[in-house]
Amino acid sequence: MKPFAYARARNIEDAVGLLRDNPHAMCIAGGTTVVDLLKEGVFQPDLLVDVSRVAQDAIAVFDDRIEFGALARMNDVADHAQVAAAFPAVAQALAASASPQLRNMATIGGNLLQRTRCVYFRDLLTPCNKRVRGSGCSAIGGWNRQHAVLGTSDHCIAAHPSDLAVALVAFDAHVQIAGAGAARAVLLTDFYSEPGETPDVENTLAHDEVITGVVLPRSAAAGHSAYLKLRDRASFEFALVSVAAGLSIADGLIAHARIGLGGVATKPWRAYDAEGALIGQPANERTFKAAAEAALAGARGYGHNDFKIPLAQRAVERVLTSLVAPT
Amino acid sequence: MKMQAAPTTVEIRLVVNGAERRMSVEPNVTLLDALRDRLHLTGTKKGCDQGACGACTVLVNGRRVNACLTLAVMHDGDEIATIEGLGSVDNLHPLQAAFLKHDGYQCGYCTPGQIMSAAGLLREKRDLTRESVREQMSGNICRCGAYPNIVDAILDVAGANDKA
Amino acid sequence: MTLPLIGAPVDRVDGPAKVTGSATFTAEFLPEGLVYGEIVLSTVAKGTIKALNVRAAREAPGVLVVMTHENAPRVTGKPSEENENDPFLTLLQDDIVRFDRQPVAVVIAETLEQAKYAAILVTADYAPETAATDFDSAPVRMPDQFLGEDLQHTRGDPQRAFERAALQVKATYTTPVHHHNPMEAHATIAQWEGENLTVHDSTQFISGVRRRLAQVFRMSQDRVRVVCPFVGGGFGCKGTAWAHVALAAMAAKLAGRPVRIELSRAQMYGFVGFRPRTRQTISLGADRDGRVQAMMHDTLAQTAVHDDWIETSGLFSVGLYAVKNYRMSQRLAPLNTTRPTFTRAPGEATGSFALEQAMDELAYAAGIDPVELRMRNYAEKDPDNGKPFSSKSLRECYRTGAQRFGWNERTPQPRSMHRNGKLVGMGMATASYPAWRSDASAYMRMNADGTVLVQSGTQELGTGAYTVFTQLTAEILGISIERVTFQLGDTRFPRAPISAGSQTTAAVGNAVYLAAVKLRDRLRDRRDSGPIEVHANAEPADSEEDYSTHAYGAQFAQVEVDPDFGEVRLVKHTGVFGCGRVLNAKTARSQLIGGITWGIGMALMESTISDARIGRVMSANLVDYHVPVNADVPEIDVVLLEEVDKHVNPIGVKGIGEIGITGVAAAIANAVYHATGKRVRDLPITPERLLDIS
Repeated sequence: MKPFAYARARNIEDAVGLLRDNPHAMCIAGGTTVVDLLKEGVFQPDLLVDVSRVAQDAIAVFDDRIEFGALARMNDVADHAQVAAAFPAVAQALAASASPQLRNMATIGGNLLQRTRCVYFRDLLTPCNKRVRGSGCSAIGGWNRQHAVLGTSDHCIAAHPSDLAVALVAFDAHVQIAGAGAARAVLLTDFYSEPGETPDVENTLAHDEVITGVVLPRSAAAGHSAYLKLRDRASFEFALVSVAAGLSIADGLIAHARIGLGGVATKPWRAYDAEGALIGQPANERTFKAAAEAALAGARGYGHNDFKIPLAQRAVERVLTSLVAPT
Repeated sequence: MKMQAAPTTVEIRLVVNGAERRMSVEPNVTLLDALRDRLHLTGTKKGCDQGACGACTVLVNGRRVNACLTLAVMHDGDEIATIEGLGSVDNLHPLQAAFLKHDGYQCGYCTPGQIMSAAGLLREKRDLTRESVREQMSGNICRCGAYPNIVDAILDVAGANDKA
Repeated sequence: MTLPLIGAPVDRVDGPAKVTGSATFTAEFLPEGLVYGEIVLSTVAKGTIKALNVRAAREAPGVLVVMTHENAPRVTGKPSEENENDPFLTLLQDDIVRFDRQPVAVVIAETLEQAKYAAILVTADYAPETAATDFDSAPVRMPDQFLGEDLQHTRGDPQRAFERAALQVKATYTTPVHHHNPMEAHATIAQWEGENLTVHDSTQFISGVRRRLAQVFRMSQDRVRVVCPFVGGGFGCKGTAWAHVALAAMAAKLAGRPVRIELSRAQMYGFVGFRPRTRQTISLGADRDGRVQAMMHDTLAQTAVHDDWIETSGLFSVGLYAVKNYRMSQRLAPLNTTRPTFTRAPGEATGSFALEQAMDELAYAAGIDPVELRMRNYAEKDPDNGKPFSSKSLRECYRTGAQRFGWNERTPQPRSMHRNGKLVGMGMATASYPAWRSDASAYMRMNADGTVLVQSGTQELGTGAYTVFTQLTAEILGISIERVTFQLGDTRFPRAPISAGSQTTAAVGNAVYLAAVKLRDRLRDRRDSGPIEVHANAEPADSEEDYSTHAYGAQFAQVEVDPDFGEVRLVKHTGVFGCGRVLNAKTARSQLIGGITWGIGMALMESTISDARIGRVMSANLVDYHVPVNADVPEIDVVLLEEVDKHVNPIGVKGIGEIGITGVAAAIANAVYHATGKRVRDLPITPERLLDIS
């Protein structure tokens, strides 16, 4: 790795100040994305700001929500009894992520900010608009089996790899942000952007801002939810396709529905059209099929990833079916 | 606070297997390379150097992590447990003895990482069945294919722990 | 004669070192003054280097020297008999790039981080040329032979017999590029003391490394010493001395310090070999009872433009079944990659996938149970050369395997078995691997205190060499294992062959056996109590040539397939094998489980991804290249039958390191067919291949 300077932030203000004063600085928390991409040369900061010891890891339980500090470790959230009870899809998404060692290291904030696994993004030799704006997209016309079918543009088709973010966008999480200006909270689904013509921009975080926490509101759908992850091998692998879904049923009709998709989109994807196809309908196979089709309406395959479209539809149907199956 | 030039080294103190080790390292030295090349504790292995194989698993403050994906400078004051501290040839840890009995290795290269990961797993107080152990040990790749024997070894120790 | 230690499941004698982390692997040796070398690889697959920009690297902190074709020590060796285009001879000797990820420079620095950083500062301007990157359009060549085996081989009149057969199966099967991915990356430490060179190298062939280095530097072999007490996995990729070995020696000469080169995982996809792609067509013509009258096995395998190496898939089928009319053909598609190389059961692993799935297709065409079909085509003697088998327990393997596996629960109709919403399938295949050995020698000494030292220049890669040769010695001499020390991995020890081809236990075992018998005889006859030393050399006897020698087995796999998602998981596997005398039941079982695990990876997930537009491997890591993880591997039932073989070699041992992988991918593919009704003839069997089954 290219050598860099190192500074430990004692608190959020320190971190923000260091970022503000150094245009080529970046934060490191768990390190599982940053150290990896430092070694690949994709990240070449002049200064690493270590925030790993900032006291921002609390998991706070309230009547209407749970809040996670950005530095809470993935395993601590996954293993938290109240998270599993109120948000099964979130706990399942975390437990299905990465490996136990990585879940012990990686933080909630870092997980949301992880970068794509696209092989061309990670290889300095191959043109990549996300890494260098305007240099081209090697995945379009190249090997694109791991790539997105939703939210793509002619400039970028890289998939967002996080499992957690899929569950969080499904259940209306907000991300809390601190910076030089006033602290702000952003709906997670608005935090992320699609690539469009600027794939190098993935979210609304300014250079001198940090994520301080996530707020997850309790809801009927979140409380009755599940996460399904499909992959090539049985564990320790990114999703081919994943679905976070939650339902609540009243008088035989679907009252609330939430669906998030992973592995198939350029950002953690909220399937609003699918939700619309569910609300007020009977919870049966026909409804779920319509929702699955709506979820992938407008999806576009690039050759090697065409299979993700039917696979994702079937995954949506399967999760919804499992949520109404008699226990 | 502006940084003028990259300072070359940082003074850190690691508590490795109970012993304090002070060193001056550049920020870009991983914990793994600090252990192997600076402290010459070569029991912890480099398999992929990017967190995908678990050969570099050590315990940091009691939790299993991949030493290749963290920087030494980030662990000032932390307790690091490596295979060298778990047991010795004359005083084997129960996991080490179980790996011997069940042939939980072949070439031995992934073995320290497997054992440290298992040690971390046993501290996590999970419900351990054959299936859950397979899942919980999936962060440790063994290309020689000792997996079923590794699971046998871990369940052997976990079962003994239950009875204890 | 009972031999209680032989065959016993003795704990590995190197186990305590391995479980405590005190077994020293190559990169962990620490000669004084060690510095670190980092290789810079080409970023084009073919062309010439117009300029290498090394100034920034030379000026980077800690850098001692940057070695390029402009200042590398001259290689003065001559081409080897095997290969006029020997890649060693051109290593940093000219400005030509012959394959993707070819070494073009080495940076040597005081610390690892300094070497790695300076290496990224080295850039090159290339004049790229169009590389051959496309398997389907490469100009094909037809080799005559490889390593003494005839590759265009016919007996009888297979084409005619096929055309006249009542039942015909003809299908094409493909296997992708695989990478070995041992957990320990290649590493070499080279140290010169005057004109003497000592090399620590992670290798399956210490004497091969010595020979190559001596050849490259035009030195006498006795000035080169190679040391390797433990190999962290080889699987064939460490059987050849690759570029980094010579580069470390060259760098050490240039820098005047010992140099360590340790490849990164990405570099493991570069110049250190791989299993090449194959496309195989199997044609089977049988009568209505399923007796195969004609078999044709036609293989197209990828190779390297500058360096022939052949994946001989057809050799699996040439002598397996009692087929009178047979053809094997081999064609090669040369691409601009590094040389492909021996990969666990080279030829047999890929050939068994094709043949054993074709046999399953024939079983269905004939309406005959797959196990019964194998029985009907059983060869009582070698169908190709007429020789008797030295031993063959294959029938018993099929029977025992079927019984232990529960094969009689299988209803043959595809899609007839279900469990918890999943489709269930059961498939089987024949496993086979040749048994052979080359010359090996051993030294044995009994000390005055009765302890015994044994030395042989063989290798330990998890195969159990330290342990089985200790057991053998202890058994023959009638002493306890604790009194025996077996040493290997040093070219100062008597010569032993490459640890490849599943031959080490047979080769070295016979040398150790001879030495022990000699020592025992000397003990019996001796008059004094001083130390006794013996040397023994074991060579294959001519009489061994009178027999066809193979290990055999039967593989049974049960899969569950999600009917909507196409996810395939192996839930049960049984392998029953006849491998002659087994020296250690524990390590033998582990080896077979290891081979079967490789078969799981081959069947369901392994595939190296390259971008043909640029001829570059894109899956150069362990995230995008999938090897099985613990959750992929169920309990595996392995049985080694008692098999006495009086002809294969004096101690009756056949190898077990590679037979485990043979037949597994076919058994799994056959199980997938049984579960789903869909034939998947292209590996790996990933979900997209099974989305049209419901």
